[in-house]
Amino acid sequence: MATTSTIDDGDSGAAAPVNTAALARARRQRILAWVLPITTLAAAIAFWEFWVWYKQVPHFLVPAPSRIWATLMVDGPSLMRSAWFTVRLTFWSLFLAIVGGVLLGALFALSRPLEMRLFPFAVILQVTPIVAIAPLILIYVHNTFAALLVCAWLVAFFPILSNTVVGLRSTDHNLRDLFTLYRATPLQRLRLLLAPSALPYFMAALKIAGGLALIGAVVAEFVAGATGANTGLASRIIESSFRNEIPRMFAALVLVSLLGVAIFLMTSLASKLVLGKWHESEIKRES
Amino acid sequence: MSTPLIRLDRVRKEFGRHVLAVEDMSLTINQGDFISFLGPSGCGKSTALKMIAGLLPVTAGTIQIAPPEEKVEQDLGFVFQEPTLMPWGTVFDNVWLPLRLAGLSRRAARERVRAALVEVGLSKFEKSYPRELSGGMKMRVSIARAMVTRPRILLMDEPFAALDEMTRSKLNNDVIRLAHEHRLTVIFVTHSVFEAVYLSNRIAVMAARPGRVVADLTVNAPWPRGEDYRVSPEFSTEAARVSQVLKGTLHGDDIDH
Repeated sequence: MATTSTIDDGDSGAAAPVNTAALARARRQRILAWVLPITTLAAAIAFWEFWVWYKQVPHFLVPAPSRIWATLMVDGPSLMRSAWFTVRLTFWSLFLAIVGGVLLGALFALSRPLEMRLFPFAVILQVTPIVAIAPLILIYVHNTFAALLVCAWLVAFFPILSNTVVGLRSTDHNLRDLFTLYRATPLQRLRLLLAPSALPYFMAALKIAGGLALIGAVVAEFVAGATGANTGLASRIIESSFRNEIPRMFAALVLVSLLGVAIFLMTSLASKLVLGKWHESEIKRES
Repeated sequence: MSTPLIRLDRVRKEFGRHVLAVEDMSLTINQGDFISFLGPSGCGKSTALKMIAGLLPVTAGTIQIAPPEEKVEQDLGFVFQEPTLMPWGTVFDNVWLPLRLAGLSRRAARERVRAALVEVGLSKFEKSYPRELSGGMKMRVSIARAMVTRPRILLMDEPFAALDEMTRSKLNNDVIRLAHEHRLTVIFVTHSVFEAVYLSNRIAVMAARPGRVVADLTVNAPWPRGEDYRVSPEFSTEAARVSQVLKGTLHGDDIDH
């Protein structure tokens, strides 16, 4: 059983004696959950620094973390402008993927014929690698930001769509009957039954789509090879690679990773906030 | 005493063209009856119940329910085989649902929701989530939800089939008490002879393929009942009699039920 605490059927009088040993163990587990990954990461970075110094690896091959950090400091302002571009691109595409995916998903869930008609398009768009479609989109859409947005959106959109459809369809049959019995209006049914039922599926899709939106944004920019003042991190990576400025490549790469991690943490937190109280996926098991 | 409340007249239910779930079922259920639909799986007892609740359309025939004297949000409570609670809502939210769908705010519904929870002995758990409750408690939330609209009729679809024996007999007594105190008319679907005999004053024995009522028995024992009835020789006699009738309705291939 994955329930946190099961209350017995009988009268629950006195609470069980507090098990201090178990509490301490749980506390230790919580701290370790943060300490272990962070220390391991720090150790890896320290080893990297040491190895580069010890083996005297030239910085145009593998720069030491300290050098990457220095580059980040020096190029900070211009890199930040690029990072902001990528952030906007990613979040706009994610936002539009959510809007489009949920709306279309709701339509699909309402009408099977519509789904059967439109689903092939969604699948074709999904399975065709974005790298292959991007050049076309760049030809058709003149505004670079808009073109990149379309590419990133295409990548992030599908998981939201398919999970929303599945989520809306997976409502408990008896609960549906119950809503019928009490003469729920369509709006009540949507708000109080369908939306909460679909929420776990939607949150799972959001976690995936968040990562995909970033991938889409970066890949699209690679294909576009966008240059000029208004460019994202991917362009900076290409540009630095042409100029053999490896430390700056790494610096831009670090920013991309940090952005990805931030998105992951945000979507995980959102999922925990929304589902934490009731859904199995977000409930911690008591050991 | 015996005012007709629910009248089924040659009710028929077909699924598709080949499955005859209920064949020409005629039955009059009186006010205050505690009637069990007893039969093997596939005898259409749940289907009949859902048709009475209006959750399934009838293929032919009519079901009439006498209109209630005082207006309530829903005159008919339904308890499913599973607790059927919304996992995202607290116990309070779940019991509030029928009133909420009728337009009552949390504040307006509060007293009635609490009263319903007191009835099933769960007043301390209104803030709990379903996952924190045992199977029996979830079922009681489900019963409280059915009772919150103050219905005259309570329909129960094998509600305790998945529970352990102890919890089940406890809930049996709760249902008898509720039905007695609120003068409910109860239709209780079960495949357990003992449950049917213990609970009801009337048993409609049903047979499968096609689903139909084969006997309409009266349980010869005073009602309401308590634990002493469960261990009495009268109970065993009645159970044996009903078992005999039920056995007579089974085809050779149904004996395992």
